[in-house]
Amino acid sequence: MAQMVHSAAATATPAAQPDVELRRVVKAFGAEVAVCDLDLAVRQGEFFSILGPSGCGKTTTLRLIAGFETPSAGDVLIQGANVSTVPAHRRPVNTVFQSYALFDHMTVKDNIAFGLKIRRMGTAQVRDRVAEALRLVRMESMANRYPAQLSGGQQQRVALARALVNHPAVMLLDEPLGALDQKLRKQMQVELANLHRQLGITFIMVTHDQEEALALSDRIAVMNNGQIEQIGTPSDIYDRPSTAFVADFIGDTNLLPGRIDQPHPRQVQVTTDSGLRVLACMSGSTVAQAVVVSVRPEKINLSLSAPAAANNCYQGHISHLMYLGTHLHCVVRLGSGETLMVRHPNRAESLIGVDTAVYVHWAADDCLVLDAA
Amino acid sequence: MKIQNSNFPYPPTLLTFPTLLTPMTPAHSPTPSNTWADRLAPRLWLGPVTLLGPAGVWLLVLLVLPTLLILEISLVPGLRLGQPSGGYGLGNYLQILQPVYLRVIWRSLVFAVGSTALCLLMGFPVAYWLALMSPQRWRNLLLVAFILPLWTSSLLRAYAWTTILRPSGVLNGMLTAIGLPAQNWLNTPTAVFIGLTYSFLPYMVLILYASLEKLDIRLLEAAADLGATPRQCFWKITVPQTLPGIAAASLLVFISTLSDFVVPTLLGGASSMNISRLIYNQFLGPTRAWGFGSALSMVLILAVSLAIALLIRYGDRNTVTEA
Repeated sequence: MAQMVHSAAATATPAAQPDVELRRVVKAFGAEVAVCDLDLAVRQGEFFSILGPSGCGKTTTLRLIAGFETPSAGDVLIQGANVSTVPAHRRPVNTVFQSYALFDHMTVKDNIAFGLKIRRMGTAQVRDRVAEALRLVRMESMANRYPAQLSGGQQQRVALARALVNHPAVMLLDEPLGALDQKLRKQMQVELANLHRQLGITFIMVTHDQEEALALSDRIAVMNNGQIEQIGTPSDIYDRPSTAFVADFIGDTNLLPGRIDQPHPRQVQVTTDSGLRVLACMSGSTVAQAVVVSVRPEKINLSLSAPAAANNCYQGHISHLMYLGTHLHCVVRLGSGETLMVRHPNRAESLIGVDTAVYVHWAADDCLVLDAA
Repeated sequence: MKIQNSNFPYPPTLLTFPTLLTPMTPAHSPTPSNTWADRLAPRLWLGPVTLLGPAGVWLLVLLVLPTLLILEISLVPGLRLGQPSGGYGLGNYLQILQPVYLRVIWRSLVFAVGSTALCLLMGFPVAYWLALMSPQRWRNLLLVAFILPLWTSSLLRAYAWTTILRPSGVLNGMLTAIGLPAQNWLNTPTAVFIGLTYSFLPYMVLILYASLEKLDIRLLEAAADLGATPRQCFWKITVPQTLPGIAAASLLVFISTLSDFVVPTLLGGASSMNISRLIYNQFLGPTRAWGFGSALSMVLILAVSLAIALLIRYGDRNTVTEA
């Protein structure tokens, strides 16, 4: 269902101008280039995530949109207006900070009312808007507390309310759930998704948590070294990564370097460096000699006996085994010397242990050929 | 606190383990009163006494007892050195209420409040620049430059000002050089304000710096993000966030300037009599009115104690100790 809602939001205004656009943006701090030649267009109403490892430039990108940094080159556009040199306090965006940055000398109510009072809104209207924001984040009973009297999750909600009460054109979220524990994180993810649906405004979230990005986003930009590796829907990114970095960063994957020896219209045969022959489908129009085959651990099947008519089928034995509740994480050492990570469902019949001889096999459609980095 | 052996939260294996605990608890005598904690408990008071004892004796002999002595003397009306005295009474305190002495106290307050305000007005921008805007690599050097004057004696610094402010001094030399009339600076209240502000500005800057340095820049970004102009950021975030530091610095400077003796004496002349000088005159001047001087001292001690109480209640003591 979430998927349906996402696609509806994404296709509602297909031809409209993007809400946020970065054009060939460069940001350098001294000799260090944090963001390099970045092009980005975020559609109106979209939940857009910028995902990447720490130091990849994703937070700098968000700060460029918020106005805390000015680009060294290139332009930042918000709703069609070039705001590259407009200071933060005159941009129609609001930010939820990773550290929340709540004003600890003000009550929850005053924190939320801050932006409205700055804009000299009437007292009655401020009261109504604050009440509405408090209701949205379900914090009505905490209005008169101080931030120090709140738990992390409650502070997070106040930070959200303080931003959304201003009805910004774009909400910027900098690792919004980074400081919460696992369980609260999951719960807040649902609330974030609900808020986005209710408000219908553009959300741009920076995160290093791929699961969070996959769960919440309409589209994701994967960043590495100050550049965007790929922009696409969660399933684009996960199922059809365009680079080996994306395949490796999003989820776990086995990367087998090799060379194409038989190109077909839809499938290719690759001989890996260790001598395995792998039948795989092409990603995009990549035709290159040196390639990497990517196959995800959950796409690999394990069996004790030889499977009937399988394409990519190899013999090996289990060299490591981790019990993870929902599944078993196995490392299989193949006869050719390669090791593969395999995610095996935890079922009663899975009577495997370290040193068990097994067959691994997967369908050609379940692995990808990518350019060697 | 007495710890019952049966509920003692250490497993028996730990007590019999032949390492650190063995000297205190021989494993062969596990009687209730012989656990190491029980043995140690009666001697726990030894620690605080050893640590606080020397300073405590020092304070008792050189601060508490003299203060009590002053209190006693202040309660003997008309006590003069070398004259027989009568009984106890409040005469000395009633003498303070004479207009001539109330004017001295009022003048002391004006000096203290005025120079504190001047220190704050001049010190805050400096501390702000040092903490938030100065280049990181020069910051410590700049701070040291600010503290440097404090390493010379306050007396010397006051004398230095007399050469600047005297009729044929540096200041008048500069004024006449640019065509302005020379002024009489020395021995005026203006000179006292200049001297006090100069003397205590470094303390103000240091304490404000310690407070501003801890200011969370992200709060300023958050305020800007919510539409606040730099000016609004300053008044709605920076000032409230550093208010404890401002209170601490102001009270500390107020306390110091209220009771300062050197600057009003050397720079203020006869027109700038303040409470410290008045007290000095009672003890060492021709009248030798120790009783009246003691009463004045008690008033000053009370006023300073009040300011310190405010400092403890409202000021950020961490910034004071850090500075």
